[in-house]
Amino acid sequence: MKKLDYTTIFFAIMGSFLVLFILIPILNLMVSSNIGAISANLQDPQVISSLFVSVYSALIATLIAILFGVPLAYILARHDFFGKGLVESIIDIPIVIPHTVSGIALLLVFTSGGIIGAPLSKLGIVFTNAIPGIIIAMLFVSSSFVVNSAREGFESVDPRMEKVAHTLGSGTLRTFFVISLPLALRSIIVGAILCWARAISEFGAIIILAFYPLAASTLIYERFVQFGLSDSTPVAIILISICLALFFVVRLILKGWRTYDKN
Amino acid sequence: MIKIENLSKDWKEFKINDISLEINENDYFIFLGPSGSGKTMLLELIAGMWYPDSGKIFMGNREVTRLPPEKRGVGFVYQNYMLFPHKTVFENIAFGLNIRKVGKKEIQTKVDEIMNLFGISHLANRLPRTLSGGEQQRTALARALIIRPQVLLMDEPLSALDRITREDLIQEFKKIHKEFNITIIHVTHNFDEALQLADRIAIIKKGTVSQVGTTDEVFRHPKDEFVADFVGSENIIKGIATDGKDSLTKVDTGNIIIESTDSKVGKVHATIRPEDITLSTHVITTSARNEFKGHVTEIYDLGTIIKLTVDVGEILVLVLTRQSFMDLNLNIGKEVYITFKATAVSLF
Repeated sequence: MKKLDYTTIFFAIMGSFLVLFILIPILNLMVSSNIGAISANLQDPQVISSLFVSVYSALIATLIAILFGVPLAYILARHDFFGKGLVESIIDIPIVIPHTVSGIALLLVFTSGGIIGAPLSKLGIVFTNAIPGIIIAMLFVSSSFVVNSAREGFESVDPRMEKVAHTLGSGTLRTFFVISLPLALRSIIVGAILCWARAISEFGAIIILAFYPLAASTLIYERFVQFGLSDSTPVAIILISICLALFFVVRLILKGWRTYDKN
Repeated sequence: MIKIENLSKDWKEFKINDISLEINENDYFIFLGPSGSGKTMLLELIAGMWYPDSGKIFMGNREVTRLPPEKRGVGFVYQNYMLFPHKTVFENIAFGLNIRKVGKKEIQTKVDEIMNLFGISHLANRLPRTLSGGEQQRTALARALIIRPQVLLMDEPLSALDRITREDLIQEFKKIHKEFNITIIHVTHNFDEALQLADRIAIIKKGTVSQVGTTDEVFRHPKDEFVADFVGSENIIKGIATDGKDSLTKVDTGNIIIESTDSKVGKVHATIRPEDITLSTHVITTSARNEFKGHVTEIYDLGTIIKLTVDVGEILVLVLTRQSFMDLNLNIGKEVYITFKATAVSLF
């Protein structure tokens, strides 16, 4: 076994601070309510419907992020072009601005008088205080996970492999679907699950755009403000369990997916 | 036949500068040049992976300059094989046939046949990452050849392999060239590969062609110092050339006079390949025009061959087999006679 020197021991002690700082509140939360309260909440239609709103909206937001994010990721991975840095920065902006600010920015555009909201409201699509509002709030703050992860996936596929496929008679679109996409799929799925988990946990942008119908995070906030800790904790536990389950799925995929890397 | 006319392409640090070339049908053609000379880009331009900034490419009588790679009928093999890592050996080889919507039975027959030819049938269900370099390269060759391309392009196909596998594959390439009746363009920086395989060679330097010719022409008569250096003639001597008798050229190096069959006048470089020089310990009368007396200055043991330098007024490098080195009982300072023919001296 490697001999432990003082530096390593010191750094390990310093490093464990953050680990414990994150772990203790989460573990404490998990045990701070009783099974009875949790199961009662699981039968509460308001809780169930808010969970449904969260999971369902996050799923839709993730699918939209994949549909538009994967082509963008492929372009970013394969091409150098003027303004590429700008495009990359734009994709990352939602990570660095406060989510309430994101909510206000979205609201201004998607309200029924906004530049995008007005034409769409004529088609019957309303965003404020409606599921579509929750979806765009989630999409805004979490799509970069899909783009960045998918891009990494495509970058790991040697472009020469695509070139060989071309010489064998496969056109560019076909090569994308039979070579590049399958090889980047692991990264895309990981990005999508991170995107989904991040979307489920979104709160700031959602309450500004669509307080109702209640998403799970909004419900926790509402119960906390109205009834205090004891009423909000069980819902919090249910939500965190869903997020952690997704998180573990990501880790499992990362570990178990057959990698094709060079030996 | 492949014809390249005034081809230019400038991309990042790679450059192809006004290259014109003709490659005959069924030639084994080698692009030889140091790394960074643009030879891979030239190959990829022929394959259609890039479009040139200017110039034209013809295959047969068809202009293909703007044709995408999938319409050119070329096979391509990379140094790192570029097998599809998520597909088995069988699926890799079948790829081109699947694209062409060939029937399942026919695919099975054809893939079996070509796997047999390359001796890789037992690997059919393996994934590429479990294969050795040589096995991967054979799979890559089978994958490229199964669609019966008119031209096979290979980019440093032997560089990543050990010496024994390389020798095996060189024989394989010769076999392919014969059996498939195919034009091969092979890019390498290794002139031994070129010597063993090429019908014709183009020396590529900084995105231009320095010299094109048969293997013999290029190796025996390098056109300039770059080619001579690159193909490995180690005897390059400067001198002044004048017309001599019997239509020979006399080259005065300042120290010795060398006769050559090349005709040139004025300042020249003379090259003599080390293996064209014979050495003896006594004067021997031969038809060779160039005979000099000198002494051994250095001896390098290269294993099966011995490299010597001999000072005859100019320092010349020559090689001997280990056996003749022993027989001649040579040591440093020993007086020796060297001879070489006037035809062995090329001037540029």
